[in-house]
Amino acid sequence: MSIFDLFRKQRSAPMARERLQVLLAHERASSSSDLVAVLREEILAVIAKHVQLDADRVKIKVDREETVSILEIDVEIPLDASLKAA
Amino acid sequence: MGKVIVVTSGKGGVGKTTSSAALGAALAQKGEKVAVVDFDVGLRNLDLVMGAERRVVYDIVNVIQGDAKLPQALIRDKRLETLFLLPASQTRDKDALTPEGVETVINELKRYFDWVICDSPAGIERGATLAMRHADIAVVVTNPEVSSVRDSDRIIGLLDAKTLKAERGERMEKHLLLTRYDAARAERGDMLKVDDVLEILSIPLIGIIPESMDVLRASNIGAPVTLADTNSAPAQAYFDAARRLSGEVIPITIPGEKRGLFGKIFGRKAA
Repeated sequence: MSIFDLFRKQRSAPMARERLQVLLAHERASSSSDLVAVLREEILAVIAKHVQLDADRVKIKVDREETVSILEIDVEIPLDASLKAA
Repeated sequence: MGKVIVVTSGKGGVGKTTSSAALGAALAQKGEKVAVVDFDVGLRNLDLVMGAERRVVYDIVNVIQGDAKLPQALIRDKRLETLFLLPASQTRDKDALTPEGVETVINELKRYFDWVICDSPAGIERGATLAMRHADIAVVVTNPEVSSVRDSDRIIGLLDAKTLKAERGERMEKHLLLTRYDAARAERGDMLKVDDVLEILSIPLIGIIPESMDVLRASNIGAPVTLADTNSAPAQAYFDAARRLSGEVIPITIPGEKRGLFGKIFGRKAA
């Protein structure tokens, strides 16, 4: 950094870098949505064998972090459905 | 059996065709047998960049549809005996390229040539996925600029999912070719640096092509950059990249980075 830099506009490359890192982290996570769709179908099929459930009440989410991904499965089972299965 | 390289990028205008021609010529200048294949059906340009536009008789679609044999469609370069071009057609029919047809053509080319270089169209549609389908090695052409880096990231994802190698569970060899790089602007903080792009895309670097008038000059005269002026900075960078593709280990240099005081003063003024 020299004295000339004080009179220059702020450097733009660090902003480009930061914006890309944030954006791509997000896009890489959502590009695995194919996998999420497949998992959703298969998990639903397995659970449906045992209990009646509403497909809209199943939430499947993948959170990608730096070293691990977390697969979250949230299944809402209606009270009478579990009774039927039992 | 020859090796199949796809030159791809996602984004248009970053230098895929320039790089396909230059890498193809650089390999042929070492005496290797090279076929460069234009996959940009509807918008072919590799013939123009290589100065063979007036010699196109048959194209890849004619070969696939059985209207011509492969040797009839291949155009031998006027300057290099071992460099051949298979042009794309100008048809507007998007389905002219079929997966089976492309497979047959690529397999036949692999038997006769040391290198088959597939110049991919921009985008992530049929043409681009067919160009990468049979590749052993991918060269991802990227400019140090946000939209190009983002699209390269998408393409890297496709290379790892939609290619034959990926489907067989093998690892696709991917290399980054950074083009239109301006070391002075990167040094000033106004352009992404080599290390920034490498860190974001995390694939190994095969070469850095400096921003240069010589690239436009080469396409003006219809010669691959490495043939137009063998001593120019971009030609030297392409020669190095071609040698790395063949497995040679050459340290990467950043073209135009060693600037003296004189260069610094004028570099600033020029900005």
